[in-house]
Amino acid sequence: MAPAPSRPARPLASARERRAWLISASVTALLVLLIAWVAWRFLAWAVWHAVWSVPAGPDGAPNTDACRAALGEGACWAVIGEKYRFILFGFYPYAEQWRPALVVLLFIGLFAASLFRRFWHPSLFVVWAGALVFSAALMWGGFAGLPFVPADQWGGLPITLFLATVGLALAFPLAILAALARASRGLPLLKGLSILYIELIRGVPLISLLFMASVMLPLFLPPGIEIAKLLRAQIAFILFAGAYLAEVVRAGLAALPKGQYEAASALGLSYWQSMRHVILPQALRHTVPMLVNTFVGFFKDTSLVLVIGIYDVMTTARTAILEPRWQGFGIEVYLFLAVIYFAFCYSMAGASRRLESRSATPLAATEEPA
Amino acid sequence: MGRRQLIAWGWQILVCAGAAALAFLFIHDAEENLATRHIATGFHFLTQTAPIPIGETPIAYTPSVSTYGRAFLIGVLNTLKVAIPGCVVATLWGTLVGLARLSRITLLARLAAAYVQGLRNIPLLLQLFFWYGLAQVLPPPRQAFRLLPGVFLSNRGLVVPVLEGAGTLLVALLVLAAARLAAARLVPVNQRGARGAALRWGPGLVLALLALFALHPSFHLEAPQLRGFNFQGGMVLSPEYVALFTGLVLYTASYVAEIVRGGLLAIPRGQWEAGRALGFSEGEVLRLVILPQTLRIVIPPMISQYLNLVKNSSLAVAIGYQDLASITETILNQTGQAIEAIALMMAVYLGISLSVSFALNLFDARLKRERG
Repeated sequence: MAPAPSRPARPLASARERRAWLISASVTALLVLLIAWVAWRFLAWAVWHAVWSVPAGPDGAPNTDACRAALGEGACWAVIGEKYRFILFGFYPYAEQWRPALVVLLFIGLFAASLFRRFWHPSLFVVWAGALVFSAALMWGGFAGLPFVPADQWGGLPITLFLATVGLALAFPLAILAALARASRGLPLLKGLSILYIELIRGVPLISLLFMASVMLPLFLPPGIEIAKLLRAQIAFILFAGAYLAEVVRAGLAALPKGQYEAASALGLSYWQSMRHVILPQALRHTVPMLVNTFVGFFKDTSLVLVIGIYDVMTTARTAILEPRWQGFGIEVYLFLAVIYFAFCYSMAGASRRLESRSATPLAATEEPA
Repeated sequence: MGRRQLIAWGWQILVCAGAAALAFLFIHDAEENLATRHIATGFHFLTQTAPIPIGETPIAYTPSVSTYGRAFLIGVLNTLKVAIPGCVVATLWGTLVGLARLSRITLLARLAAAYVQGLRNIPLLLQLFFWYGLAQVLPPPRQAFRLLPGVFLSNRGLVVPVLEGAGTLLVALLVLAAARLAAARLVPVNQRGARGAALRWGPGLVLALLALFALHPSFHLEAPQLRGFNFQGGMVLSPEYVALFTGLVLYTASYVAEIVRGGLLAIPRGQWEAGRALGFSEGEVLRLVILPQTLRIVIPPMISQYLNLVKNSSLAVAIGYQDLASITETILNQTGQAIEAIALMMAVYLGISLSVSFALNLFDARLKRERG
């Protein structure tokens, strides 16, 4: 240990305070200047020199000359105005796009409700299941005068929401089984199988699982049987999410006091009874903030389906700027997309923090899938 | 064996038999499908010549002359080329952001928080497209940005000066480091003298080697020069590499920042106060008292972030940097041998993940023993 220097404490403290104040003031001033400069440049690009709309050319298609002229100087927001319907809903028939819009609103409403403790009730599961069935039916149509729209014409935000939500809903039971098997004692075979599954999936990138679903899975099926690409991607997502969620659930199980297990068995409950009535309700309640964080990561990761050509909102955005007349305006489209993703992820992450701060035993560690 | 145990074993055997049956079914179907599609099986393709054009080749490679095996190896090396420096820079930048979040300068703390929230809540893939989009609208080499003397950023990527003979030097340094480590391990702790000598000799040897190389004619700094429409000399990092590296580092740093912040907050206030009471300056308390304790807390989550970075580098596929995932995709498209190619790629990623996790577990156990 270093010897304490024998300087008087008081004057040193005040000198130190003066210096700290000076540093703080100058750093703040510098930052204000920096922020002002960046904001100025950004506003000049995004507002003052921006092109908000473009006229239609002689062929009826938009004429982007004004945007070309402003390239580098001002943003071309006209690309959003022209393309937002395609980015949000893909190749879904234009006149019928109120249907996916309704589905998106329904999902947003349910997400919002699910993040409030007040609505945590078993009936919420029923509502969610009903909403999923209703959404799928509305997207397909073919009843009550709604024209039928095959799944390969679906695209955009509903695909992103379906992949994430259905993935979570089906991955969750898988995750609970895997976590229970991994945490079990006296079930060596199941434990081994569960460890193999969890570590194998967590050890490889999601892209390799998507490659598997896209090119390898068809080889493993009996000849003549084919699964739609969207469904194969969904299977990959379920397996992927299951492994990450299983570790979250396992953390929740491990955080539970041992007395709870002993109390359950002292009551003479069977394994499944004690899990269902005593252990899981408590363990899962504690892990909700972590589950939400995992879901946020998972929501972001749905964008990776781009590499296997599924039209989620990321792929439709990329497709929108492939058109020659809109080439070069990627930054505008990426910013638009960033706002959408940010709105979803930030509000969910915020709700997770709110739940965490109210939870009796906060779990600090969070892990997102990669 | 009791009745419950019997039931438990029955369940286990049933599940395992189900899994095995599914696996057999898959293998059977795959054999049939491959036969009808006339796709070869096995790893012979690794020795066949590969017509894949590869932009960045850390080792010698010629399309249509070199083998698929070599192309695959280049994929592995390209992944490491972005992942290893990426981890180092993400750690440094993330630590700075994490410290800034705890700064008493409110504006700085707010700015760092906005950075963390902003980057964490937008998909990495979108960020990569953004950076790649920016890299493509950079000016041509003639109007390149001069970031530092000899470092130029243009739409052809980033050119940096290169140390000729640096490879040999690096190998020499690695050998030296290994020797020193071995010496420190092998020499018993009670023979302080011998160990001390080994440690004393280390820096001297490094200096001698440096001098040797400095005098040798093949060892010199080669700076890039603008000739005509492009740069000559120096090392060129492609726009794809620069975009991927930037995206990965900035994204991962937002997670590192939170880990560092959490680690620092986990240290009780009393430790700061005790450090100050001993007369240490703020910086000294941080360096001598707080950081060593923080390090123990943050190492496991940091390692997990490093592994995430390695796995996330596979997003290179989307912007055309030829990493392991990207070259594997090309190989499987050309040979049709999807099962082998994907299995090989997964094995590499899994190998990296498991060996790092294993090392981390050893480290954890050692830490527990030392404390215990």
